[in-house]
Amino acid sequence: MDRVPLERKVLSENDRIAAELRARFQEHGVLCLNIISSPGSGKTTLLERTLAALTQRDRVAVLTGDIQTENDANRLKRFHFPVKQITTGGTCHLDARMIERHLADWKLEDLDLLFIENVGNLVCPSSYDLGEAAKVVVLSVTEGEDKPLKYPSIFFKSDLLILSKIDLLPYVPFEINAAAENARKVHPGMEIVKVSCQTGDGLQEWMNWLGERRKAHKALMETASR
Amino acid sequence: MHEMGIANSVLDAVRTEMKRYPQSYPCKIGVRIGEMAAIDPEALRFCFEAMIHETDLASLELAIEICPRRHRCSGCGHEFVVCEYDSRCPQCASLATICVGGDELELAYLEVEEYGSSTVGAKSTE
Repeated sequence: MDRVPLERKVLSENDRIAAELRARFQEHGVLCLNIISSPGSGKTTLLERTLAALTQRDRVAVLTGDIQTENDANRLKRFHFPVKQITTGGTCHLDARMIERHLADWKLEDLDLLFIENVGNLVCPSSYDLGEAAKVVVLSVTEGEDKPLKYPSIFFKSDLLILSKIDLLPYVPFEINAAAENARKVHPGMEIVKVSCQTGDGLQEWMNWLGERRKAHKALMETASR
Repeated sequence: MHEMGIANSVLDAVRTEMKRYPQSYPCKIGVRIGEMAAIDPEALRFCFEAMIHETDLASLELAIEICPRRHRCSGCGHEFVVCEYDSRCPQCASLATICVGGDELELAYLEVEEYGSSTVGAKSTE
């Protein structure tokens, strides 16, 4: 009997493609964000509001993942930015190969910002690196405030938590401070933004976060190219 | 439920690795799963068993090692296991600690046995 040490990641093939994507995003100065939540937390609505606030000078594009239908892409195409639907046909997450394939006919040099809206799922997407600069997790106030404790991985791996649908707070027994506390238990120092896409509350704060990230990313690119 | 995909990746890795050992067959594959990796070990085992059933790898054993979330204190350097999400350093109470383990999803080792050796057909006992 011989024991052969392997010492590599199970998803090394996914990680290899993700690393290639990350290098391409860096080369072209594209900030890529991977947006993850349960189904129905409001990822698409958040993106609609975000795209509405951006201008053509912002050079943004969206890849949106679902198991079936082009519905989300159709909603997002109204803002006249490049949008492509990824239908996984059953797979509960996006993987790096799907991103690579769907980016094939886009010129990255024409983009500054790429949103990837993952398949609605708090578990599986957390295992798959897509080459993004950061993960953003969305949690709506109609879910439980203990979700960060129940699904720690995605809260642990995301840079920003967006607490969405805060206009519903008067009608639901959701302790928003407890939700924030739980998220920071799993991920100390986690950045949190509270938004309502209906009233617009907090959207400016999200756009500011995005702006800061884009600035930081650009500065990083400039240092790297020197 | 992405454990099926993970099981498939593990088996792909086994088949790739076995090309280097044409005189042997694989007995046991060791994987490491962090408690923050969002993988259900029992679901992975179920998928793994289902995928090897009635194949050439039917006797392959899956050994799963669960890795706890570990942090290192940026202040005093103490390394500790995080319990109940409390990532404060137990030695100096600092909150400035960084994660150094717990999201593993790794292939650790593969045990192979030469065809025709005395233990052919027997499962690994280790």
